[in-house]
Amino acid sequence: MNPFTIHTGIVVPVDRANIDTDAIIPKQFLKLIGRTGFGEFLFNDWRYLENGQPNGEFTLNKPAFKGATILVARNNFGCGSSREHAVWAVAQYGLRVVIAPWRGEGGERIPGFADIFRNNCVKNGVLTLELSEAEVEKIFGLVNDQPGVQATVDLPKQTLTLHGKPEQVFQFEIDAGVKNYLLRGLDDIALTLEHEAAIAAFEKQHNVQLATA
Amino acid sequence: MLGPAPLGVKQLRHAFSTGFPSLGKNLRKPFQTLENRPYGWCCARGGAWCIFPPAMKETLYDKIWKRHVVAELGAGWTLLFIDRQLVHEVTSPQAFDGLRLAGRKVRHPELTFATLDHNVPTDDQTVIRDPVAKAQIEALRKNCREFGIRLFDIGTQDLGVVHIVGPELGITLPGTTVVCGDSHTATHGAFGALAHGIGTSEVEHVLATQTLRQKKFKTFRVEYAGRLQPHVTSKDMVLKLIGEIGTAGGTGCVLEFTGAAVRALSMEARMTICNMAIEAGARAGLIAPDETTFQYIATGDRPFAPRGAALDKAIADWKALATDPDATFERTLTLDCDRLVPQVTWGTSPGMVTDVTGVVPQPDAVRGYSRADVEAALAYMGLKPGMKITDIKLDTVFIGSCTNGRIEDFRQAAAVFKGRQVAAGVRALIVPGSARVKAQAEAEGLDKLFTAAGCEWRYAGCSMCLAMNPDQLRPGERCAATSNRNFEGRQGKGGRTHLVGPSMAAAAAVAGHFVDIRSWK
Repeated sequence: MNPFTIHTGIVVPVDRANIDTDAIIPKQFLKLIGRTGFGEFLFNDWRYLENGQPNGEFTLNKPAFKGATILVARNNFGCGSSREHAVWAVAQYGLRVVIAPWRGEGGERIPGFADIFRNNCVKNGVLTLELSEAEVEKIFGLVNDQPGVQATVDLPKQTLTLHGKPEQVFQFEIDAGVKNYLLRGLDDIALTLEHEAAIAAFEKQHNVQLATA
Repeated sequence: MLGPAPLGVKQLRHAFSTGFPSLGKNLRKPFQTLENRPYGWCCARGGAWCIFPPAMKETLYDKIWKRHVVAELGAGWTLLFIDRQLVHEVTSPQAFDGLRLAGRKVRHPELTFATLDHNVPTDDQTVIRDPVAKAQIEALRKNCREFGIRLFDIGTQDLGVVHIVGPELGITLPGTTVVCGDSHTATHGAFGALAHGIGTSEVEHVLATQTLRQKKFKTFRVEYAGRLQPHVTSKDMVLKLIGEIGTAGGTGCVLEFTGAAVRALSMEARMTICNMAIEAGARAGLIAPDETTFQYIATGDRPFAPRGAALDKAIADWKALATDPDATFERTLTLDCDRLVPQVTWGTSPGMVTDVTGVVPQPDAVRGYSRADVEAALAYMGLKPGMKITDIKLDTVFIGSCTNGRIEDFRQAAAVFKGRQVAAGVRALIVPGSARVKAQAEAEGLDKLFTAAGCEWRYAGCSMCLAMNPDQLRPGERCAATSNRNFEGRQGKGGRTHLVGPSMAAAAAVAGHFVDIRSWK
């Protein structure tokens, strides 16, 4: 996996809440047994017209956002199925960062991304960046006013800088374990296998409750 | 940290067993927390200090978690042992490829169970016409052979949707950890198993290590109080919940479903609730095992469940899993089931749901969704605000899926179809969740009842729930479905899905539009 440290790219808006994994990658593309080739099908039903031509209305197809690597959307991004194909599509399209807002406050705070999707992103070196609804609203405003604007995500410093006029800096929070994982681009199976002795010891005393069939 | 004990041994033992109330005013309030659990301390006569952990009040989730901790990884992450991995053809091929590339083996093939469900045709299972689907099915067969994994293949009596097969074969048991590359793995939580969906990278991780790197979720108790009215089902209970808290309301949480209405449900009905925990954003749903659970496991042909003395011993152990009476949850919610009525979704998110007696809402009157979200959903669904739910006409009815594809679901549907006919112009597809469910339904004559009513009776599979196989809606077609997602294009590009329970779907097939099933004798 590619480590993630500092990344600069164009920000593309997709102004919808609850963007589900069926929208990110429709089911007909889940039949592929390889791990590549999903990027061209990202948001397939929104991105292409019935005749297969690009839908000019969809932001990803607008010239200003060509080559965008940072996507901003509304809350509950990636809800639905566990299909990692959705994250492969996001990553293989070239996106390295997805931004979505959390909702509510304190103990009632609802994360901006669905759990399984966020987890799958970590495994593929894609940063899910959460900000408040007000901050994400600001980003939408700026990106809509200045299409094609670039942003820099600095993971060590946990900042997102929008290089618009004026420049805006947002501080974001991230789980310490996830941050370390992304910074180092780790292979988690190899990491886990460092605990081989602990796993073997656990297996000796643990009852898996399986009847021999 | 135990200093010289100023208390008698008897007194100490009593203090430990009761969680320290006997120490009375000597016990002060918790002064620190360790892993979110309070530690008490007492100041004893003579100035000696004792620090004791009070008897911890744990939730069902805490108890299962604790039993599976292999190692602490730092920063709040834990290596958790996985007792069962279920595998299907869609989310596994890349995981097996990863193992091959790295030269790794499957650590516990005997704890890994594979089935074919997403891609399989349900009209004729002897021929798979779609070459891409066929390649994926063949890949799973080859991977199972190569890595020594048991496969419930097409044509065998154990084939079926992964979340139907696990419980019915006794693979899913209380207190176990269960994962699968499928978000509806939450289903197995109905047994008091910690079960959730994972991505393909994690499928590979579990195949290679039989563990998962996890951070503990928050706990969220949903209490269903009261008693369901006739014809109101657990599908309505879970749809109501999603309408209340939204499709992200449970994100980051494990839901535990409690209350009199849950206790009164059968195992099959409980599975429907846990199945859709993910539609409320929660990766896992849990229900504490009880006599209903033990009875389900003890009866029937469940080749992987313990029997005899082993079962008795297991049941004694499972009884200790229930959440302690005073355990605390980070969030709680109580829903009243006395007045719950059948639910119907009207939009493109499971949280866009209302009572069958209601109307399609105004765009600015839906909690948790913006005006733009609702307008987009109504445009896609071809519905106008103010329209009565019972005026919505259907083209197709789908009864099946891991949500409502078990024998009780088909019995409910059959009771509605008995002596009635599917309305002209409506296609009704009835798809059993497994080959065993199919055989059981046929033994009870349900298949003949369905076909006599004008329904299509199919082979087992995921079918039109996600329409990866040829069972799909055409653009603009409107479907009453007992499945779990009404997303845009879920059942076919341009298809419009309304989620309901099985008897509501059957009644809609007969009437050609939604009806309040409670009004039917």
